[in-house]
Amino acid sequence: MSFNTVSEFLAMGGHGLYVWLSYGLGAVLIAANLIVPKLSRNRLLAEQKRRLRREETA
Amino acid sequence: MADKKWLPRWFFQLASPRWCYQFTGRLLPWFLLSTLVLLTVGTVWALLFAPADYQQGNSFRIIYLHVPSAILAQSAYMLMAVAGAIGLIWKMKVADMVLKSAAPIGASMAVLALATGAIWGKPTWGSWWVWDARLTSMLILLFLYLGVMALNSAIENESTAAQASAVLALVGVVNIPIIKYSVDWWNTLHQPATFKLTEKPAMPPEMWLPLLVMVIGFYCFFAVSLMQRLRNEIIWRERRAGWVRELLIKQ
Repeated sequence: MSFNTVSEFLAMGGHGLYVWLSYGLGAVLIAANLIVPKLSRNRLLAEQKRRLRREETA
Repeated sequence: MADKKWLPRWFFQLASPRWCYQFTGRLLPWFLLSTLVLLTVGTVWALLFAPADYQQGNSFRIIYLHVPSAILAQSAYMLMAVAGAIGLIWKMKVADMVLKSAAPIGASMAVLALATGAIWGKPTWGSWWVWDARLTSMLILLFLYLGVMALNSAIENESTAAQASAVLALVGVVNIPIIKYSVDWWNTLHQPATFKLTEKPAMPPEMWLPLLVMVIGFYCFFAVSLMQRLRNEIIWRERRAGWVRELLIKQ
């Protein structure tokens, strides 16, 4: 392991701000690219099911 | 069709939205699992176990996001252009949908590559941004992605939108070799390629192995996100088809 203590790990040898900013942005972008399509799938399926029911009753 | 003689069968199966939906449905869980495992292992390895660079210190760890996102931004673009060409030549609807689905993922990877590059540049070069060939051509790549997305949302007719974005994607391919060779053709602050097919990496294995894990993880992530978006697009466009109706009733 490259670090001995947690605070050393967080400080990243004085480059903490840069490293954590990068990894934070990376995590947000990757998570968004997996969660947004999942949410739109749920919405799409719900909408289409509603439409089917409407058409059946009409 | 005369084409059928020299093109493999799966090529025509891919053209069927229904077959594609079912096929990607079987692949999706495995790719999702690989993505989660590879990105977790890669990130822990990159942040905790990879050695710090003797010149750049720990800011070097940004490479584990910067290089995979830059590679993926370019690969996704190539895929988008190939899908565009297939859509134009064979009028394949699934190819149009792949083109449309790949654009937002590619755009966010271009953003990640540019942003991590800027953040890394500050402690390393002393500047967030320089108008250098590599950085500028990467910014153009982002604009090409945004252009494809804008065309798709602005043009109501699906096949017109697909044709327009396919043409833009194909014209923009000229930018890919410019990105690749920009560090050789012009004087630049940017370092040359980390991975080359023909040579051994300039770094020790304890530095490039986690990078390789991250690159493969990013490709798996791209596959997952692309399949998710493609499947949504298929359901939307085939919503009147019998098989989608059955799928909705079964749900």
